Order: sequence, then structure tokens, then C-alpha cells
Amino acid sequence: MAQAAPASATVFRPPRRVRLSAQQLLPVAIALLVAYLTLLPFIFLLYGSFFTPTVGGQAGVFTLQNYVRAYTDRSALPVAANSIVFAVGTMALAFAIGTMLAWITERTNTPLRGMFFAVSLIPLIIPGILFTLSWIFLLSPRIGMINQWLMGLLGLGGPPFDVYSMGGMIWVEGLHWSPIVYLLMSAAFRSMDPALEEAALMSGSSVLQTFARITLRLNVPTIIGVCLLMFLRGLETFEVPAIIGIPAGIHVFTSKIYLAVKAYPSDFGLAGAYSTNLLLLTLGGVYLYGRVTREASRYATVTGKGFRPRVIDLGPWRYLATALIIAYLSVMVALPLFVLLWNSVLPFYIKPSLQALSMLTLENYTFLFGLPKTTRALINSLVLSLGSATIVMFATSIIAWITVRTKLRGRWVLDNLASLPLIFPGIVMGVALIWVYLTLPIPIYGTIWILLVAYVTRYLPYGMRTASSSLVQIHRELEEAAEISGASWWRTFVRIVLPLLRPGLLAGWIYIVIVSIRELSSSILLWGPGAEVLSIYIFDLWNTGHPQELSALGLMMVGFLFLLALISRRLSQRYGLRHEA
Amino acid sequence: MVGVHELLKVFHTGRGPVVACDRISFEVQEGRFFTLLGPSGCGKTTTLRCIAGLERPDGGEIELAGRVVYSGRSRVFVPPNRRDIGMVFQSYAIWPHMTVFDNAAFPLQAGRLRLSGPLLRRRVAQALATVRLDGLEDRPATNLSGGQQQRLALARALAREPKLLLLDEPLSNLDAKLREQMRLELRELQRRLRITTIYVTHDQVEALSMSNVVAVMSEGRIAQIGAPREIYERPASRFVADFIGSTNFLAGRVTGPAGDGLVRVETAHGPIRCLASADALPGTDVLVSVRPEDVEVVPDSGLAGNLDAWKATVEQAVFLGESLDCRLTVDGLKLRARVHPSIRLRRGDHVSVSFRPERCVAIRPGAETT
Repeated sequence: MAQAAPASATVFRPPRRVRLSAQQLLPVAIALLVAYLTLLPFIFLLYGSFFTPTVGGQAGVFTLQNYVRAYTDRSALPVAANSIVFAVGTMALAFAIGTMLAWITERTNTPLRGMFFAVSLIPLIIPGILFTLSWIFLLSPRIGMINQWLMGLLGLGGPPFDVYSMGGMIWVEGLHWSPIVYLLMSAAFRSMDPALEEAALMSGSSVLQTFARITLRLNVPTIIGVCLLMFLRGLETFEVPAIIGIPAGIHVFTSKIYLAVKAYPSDFGLAGAYSTNLLLLTLGGVYLYGRVTREASRYATVTGKGFRPRVIDLGPWRYLATALIIAYLSVMVALPLFVLLWNSVLPFYIKPSLQALSMLTLENYTFLFGLPKTTRALINSLVLSLGSATIVMFATSIIAWITVRTKLRGRWVLDNLASLPLIFPGIVMGVALIWVYLTLPIPIYGTIWILLVAYVTRYLPYGMRTASSSLVQIHRELEEAAEISGASWWRTFVRIVLPLLRPGLLAGWIYIVIVSIRELSSSILLWGPGAEVLSIYIFDLWNTGHPQELSALGLMMVGFLFLLALISRRLSQRYGLRHEA
Repeated sequence: MVGVHELLKVFHTGRGPVVACDRISFEVQEGRFFTLLGPSGCGKTTTLRCIAGLERPDGGEIELAGRVVYSGRSRVFVPPNRRDIGMVFQSYAIWPHMTVFDNAAFPLQAGRLRLSGPLLRRRVAQALATVRLDGLEDRPATNLSGGQQQRLALARALAREPKLLLLDEPLSNLDAKLREQMRLELRELQRRLRITTIYVTHDQVEALSMSNVVAVMSEGRIAQIGAPREIYERPASRFVADFIGSTNFLAGRVTGPAGDGLVRVETAHGPIRCLASADALPGTDVLVSVRPEDVEVVPDSGLAGNLDAWKATVEQAVFLGESLDCRLTVDGLKLRARVHPSIRLRRGDHVSVSFRPERCVAIRPGAETT
């Protein structure tokens, strides 16, 4: 009631001022950290491409020389052309395979399709470098297992396939990305109202006509989005261009950047110029992708209801579809893993035969574990992946809270800064970080700390996406109820927000653990002796001519990642159940 | 108990600023059940959230139990966790990762109370018993039915024994039967605890049946404030008359007093006697609001018993069981009437229509706010 109102109002002022400053400090501190991680490399990269290197305390001079060299180089045009052809080819192959499989498993009565969804995630676990190497073991003109089989079988004079070609590169890269297309497209098909297709069938159109004129048309925004994503992946990828492209003499931006940095002496200026070019391309792609996906959600013809779509009867063709599924799985999983296994238990390369079976040995494994480098790489990889995943998920849950929940002015800057690394191909991030840490007096270049910085920066956008999409799903009133109950901001965050975010944060955490263990394209430019990680170690074993040992190491790595993925499924099922109950 | 003075809240949207609370003022007396009623987007929830401290107003002053919790002039803003308010949210906001006990215990553990041990258990048990949820302490909160979740949200809001209870459309997520039951329960509980309550709803039945005082809101302003009966029987504006229940509007001009505090209004279709405010001087243009249940319909037998009666034609008559809903026309003017179901009317019938003068209200057409 009216007992001394003004007096009590002034009493409450001092604590308010203290709280305000604490709450204002946190966003500023987080923003500075994110800007340091994401904006600084960007600025240094641009600076480095326009200025001569700082030598002995003498500041750099402005120059366009790097760009002139990048564009007037005899190989400049072929590099750009190769990059585009490779990216478009990758996109087309991955899209065709992934979409067909998605339609078969989601919309037809093909036998075994239920099993396929369960195993479709396995290819995602195999790191790019191992997938690439195993296809060299399969399709190389000299030692390729498939080539040798076919030559023996058909009595050919020479190898029918050569992986060291543009076609070979596209084959490996396109296959590697097809599971992603499959996942995205099957999600799109699953959420589409089947009545739309049924209406076409009732109007007299055939199964294929319906697929082409209704199913695909309705999903045009999704399709454009998926294609752009694949195009970007084809531009950014490093493993195939480096391992297959360089020996084949087919250069793209990423391999050119790698060669410029690894040349003696390193040509950072040229690498910077190429990086800027690549960055412009990816920037355009990411921008378009953002626009298309926003459009897609606007033209949502699909509804979120739990349909059980009626499947289309393929008749006898359904056995062909099953054969396609089996062929796909053998190409994606069985053949690559088999060739790695075969190589890992033999002392040198022999094609599979009864005679070879008598030479089986575990020597490669024992040799590998005799090297201190192996344990070091294993520990480095574990520490880095666990560390970067933890840092990213903790930081992004706070950033997401600020951008989703508060009305702070300038919070969109934070959001964009945290998404900025999306435009950085891994190798470009590597070049940029070299610039930063060779210029700043922070001596971490060549240590695992610079790798940690690289991983945290690169995976910040992924963390952001999981954290903010989980946060959006949490009703705001759940937090407000805690505030009304008298809880402070920090207590609300720890007791209510974090526990509710747990399933999402856990999923993001495990994803980042897996992708950072596989990371190669940034690490390759930043590591130094003592800071080896598993993927670098495998790359190194290949370059020094140890295919048997690298197969053994690769198999163990796949096994470990597979275990991790299984655990993540278990965890998400358990936590998922607890929250839905 | 609660004082809101000149409360201003502006939202900046992509399509320019939207004034959600346009200098709103009202007082709520201790122990009263006060309702903010209005269509969606009228600013009622924003007003409630400003009182809770979940929104920061752009101007004005809010006082709770003699303490200024917000003042635009002296830049006071007490955060919600220091206001000592209980609140039930529209979605209930039951924390899914906690048990029933944990949910109700949270307000007692957080903030300055920091209870634990037997004292905490006793207070939680007491809060749960108040809403008849005792015995369900160890259930995961997500295992409760809609009505039980609603009660748990109430128990949590009441656990700290706050001075003020805020309810944001708490019944809108329940089905019709449960809603009616919870309406009675809520009102009964409020009476028993004598806790000052502010209730937000768009449902006029809830507002009229539960409240001591109703404030009808429209476009960020309070259109009328008063007891439920007063709001219904003496609407101050066209908006209030239209929003609360259904009504007929007859345009006319005041011609003079008609005794018993009534005035005579001349309309295009004939004269009407009705209630009017003191400033309804002769010559003023007014709208006369007549509720359908206050329209008397007599089948035309050729006998003109009532001088004020108008001749009308039945356009449509719908039998609703408890009443007969009629659409009539008087020289092109459409009227709605609700009459006793025993009266038999058919489309095309000629009838006499008259209005109960003490239940007809003349409204100044321009008056949208008091």
C-alpha cells in the first residue's frame, strides 16, 4: 500500500547499477572474442594480399602484384575453369545419386529400403582423406584393385579407369558428398504432403511424370539450396584436389593455395590473392544459399504433420532399385573399407588372391604403435576435438542466448560475426591464420594452440546453428517463469536454459568432435612438429610412401569415429526420450 | 496495491513503431480481482508484462505495494526477480526437466529466500495442497495432464506467497469443460487467499464472471473501467458495447428529457427512450445500444398496444433451444433480437418491436475512451 513509496525506490537503485554493468559487460566481452576469432583473420587475409610482407620490422608496402600474378599466371585461367568444372561436376553427381536414393527409400516400395536409412549415415563417418585414398587404391591405373580385377576378368591390355583425371576427381568427391544430399532430400520428401502426388496419379500421370512434374517441382527451393551447398563443398574441398589433383596436374584454387604456401620460400602473397578470389566465390554462394533457404521457408508447400506417406508401387522395377541401393552401399562403404583392411594386413601391395592370404600379418599395426608419433597424434586429436567442441558449444549457447533472447542493439552484428567463418574454406582459414600469428606477437604458430583457434573459429557457425535453433524451440515463458520466481540471470541460465538446451548442445558437441578429428585443410598449413593430428599423420604417411601403415591407422580411426557416432545416437535417444515423456 | 500511471510502451517493428500501451493509468485495490479485457493486439498482455518487469516500459510509473518498481522520470527499474510477484503464463511454462516438486520449489530456492530441508518441503507441500496436487511431488512435470499443469503453474506462482498474482490468459489452452471448472476454482482460490490478482483475457465470459473490476482495452488504451455489470449495462463507447456481448446500434439525435433520468432520442425509424450521460443535451448526435435480449418482439395481431412499438419483418428465426435468435428489418434497418423460445416466429412474419428504455444506452459516437 502507500507506505513511503519514494524512499524504497531509492533504496533499490544501487544493486540495479551493479547488475546492469555486469549484464552489459558479458555481451561486449563475447562480441570482442568472436570478432577476434572471426574478423581478424579476414582483415589480415585482405591486408596480406595487398601488401608486401613485413620484413625485419619494416612495414609492408601496398601492392597489386599478388593479384597481377594470380591473374596473369599462365595457369590462372585453367585453375578457375578447373575449380568450376570440378565443383559443378561434384554437385551434379552428388545430387543425382542422393536424390534418386532419397526418392527410392522415401517414396517407393523397394525392398530393404528400411535398412538403408539406418546404414546411410555410415559413409558420413569416413573422413575425406581416407575415402580419397581408398579410391586411389581402387582405381589407380597402377595398383587399382578394380582396374586389376577388370583387366584379369576381361583380358584387357591396359587399365580401364584412371582416377588421376577430372572424371576420377569428380567421381570420388561426388560420391563422398552424396549422403548429405540423401539426408536433405529425404527430409524434404518425407515432409511433403503425399496427397499432392496422389492427386497427380489420380489425374492419370505416370509414376515418373509425377516425380518430375510434381515432386521435384514442389521441392525446387530445396533443390536449389542443396545444389548450391554441393557447389560450395566442391569449391572448398581440399583432400581430392591435393591427393589426386596435384599428381594428375589438375589444379584448382585450394590445391594452388596449398602449393603456394608449401613452395620454398613460401609465397604467402600469391596464396592470399588466390584465397581472396576463392573467398569471393564462396561469399556469393553463401549469400545465395541464405536467400534461397529463406525463400524456401516462405514458399513452404509442405506441412509439418506426421504423415505416413503412401508409397508408390514400382512393380518389378523395385528389384532393380534394391540392386541400386546395394551397389551404392558397396561403392560407399564396402569397397573402401575392404581395400583399407586388405592393405593394412599385408606387408606390401598385392592384389587379392589365395596366395596373398598366406602372407597376412599384423606387422603394420605393431609397427604403427611402436612409433611415439602415433600416440602423440592420437592424444593431440582427442584433446583438440574435445576442447574445441566444448569451447564452441559453451560460447555459442551464450551468443545464441544474446541474439535470440535479448533486444540488445547490434546483436545482429554478433550473429553475423559468428557466422562469418562459413565463407572460409578450410585452406583459406589456414592462410589467414598464418598471417595473423606471424604478425601478432603471439607465438602459437606450429603448435596445437593455433589448431585449437582454427577449429573453434571454423566450427563456431555450426555451434551457433544448433544452439540457436534449440533455443528458439524453448518457450520464452520458461525463462520468464524463473525470473518471476526470483532467480537471477545467471541462475536462470544455469538451472533452466542450459538443462533445456542439453539435447541440442550434446548433438552439436558430438558433431564438432567428429568433424574436428577429420579436419585436414586448415591443419595442413598450421601444424608443426609435435602438433601432429591424425589426419595430418595419414597425409604424411601417404606422402612418405607408407600405404599399408596408413590403411591400418585409417581403419582404427574409422572404428573410433563409428563408436563415437553410436554413443551420440544412444545419448540423443536417451535424452530425447526423457524430454518427450 | 498496484498503481499504473501513464504507462507507455512502444515496440519498434519492421513496419515502424507500434504503441502497445498508450499512457495507460489504473489502480488495483488490495485483495481485488482485476481483469484486463480486450481483443488480441490491444496491449493487455504488454501491460501485464510491464507490471511483471518482463518488458521495460518507455515511460510512466508503476508502483507495487507502495514501492516504485518502475519510473521513467527517475529512471528506476526493478528487475522481475526482485518484484515479489507470482505469475501464471499462457503456456504454463512448466519446466520439463524437473519434477513437480522441483518446479514448485524453485521460487523458494531462488532469490532471497533460499529455503532448504524440512522448511522447503513443508512450504512446497503446502503450495501443492492449495491446488490439490499433493501426492504427485515425484512425478516428472511433463507427465501431468493439461489441467494439472495449470494447477502446478499456479502452485509455483503462489509458493512464495507473493503480494500480487498475475495471470496471462491461463485458461485459453484448456478445453471448454475444464475451462469452466478452472474458472470457478481460480476465483474460489483467489477469494480464499485474498491475494490481489491481475488477470488478462480476451474472453468476456471469463472477465465478467470472475472479476471485481474489468478494464476493457482497445488499441493501447483503456476504453472503460468498472464493475462487470456496469461494463455490460452501461458501455461508455461503441467499442465496449460491441466487444462485450452483441448489440444493436441505432443512430439518432437527443430531443429532450423523458423523465426517470431517461432521454428521448429521435431516430430515422421512430423515437426511443433510453439512458444517457449528463452531457447528452438536446441536439446531440448519439448511438443507442440495445442488447438483443432487451428487444421485445410481439407477433403482430393488428393491435398497437405500445405507442413506441415499431413495425418489423422477420428475416430469419433460428431456434437455439434456450432462446430464439431473430434477425429483423425495420425499413431496411437490421436488428437482432433474442426472445423466449416459446414465441413462434417464421420468416416473413410481421411483428411489433419495442425496447426496454432502462436498458438502452445512448453513446456519443465519437467517444472511444472515457
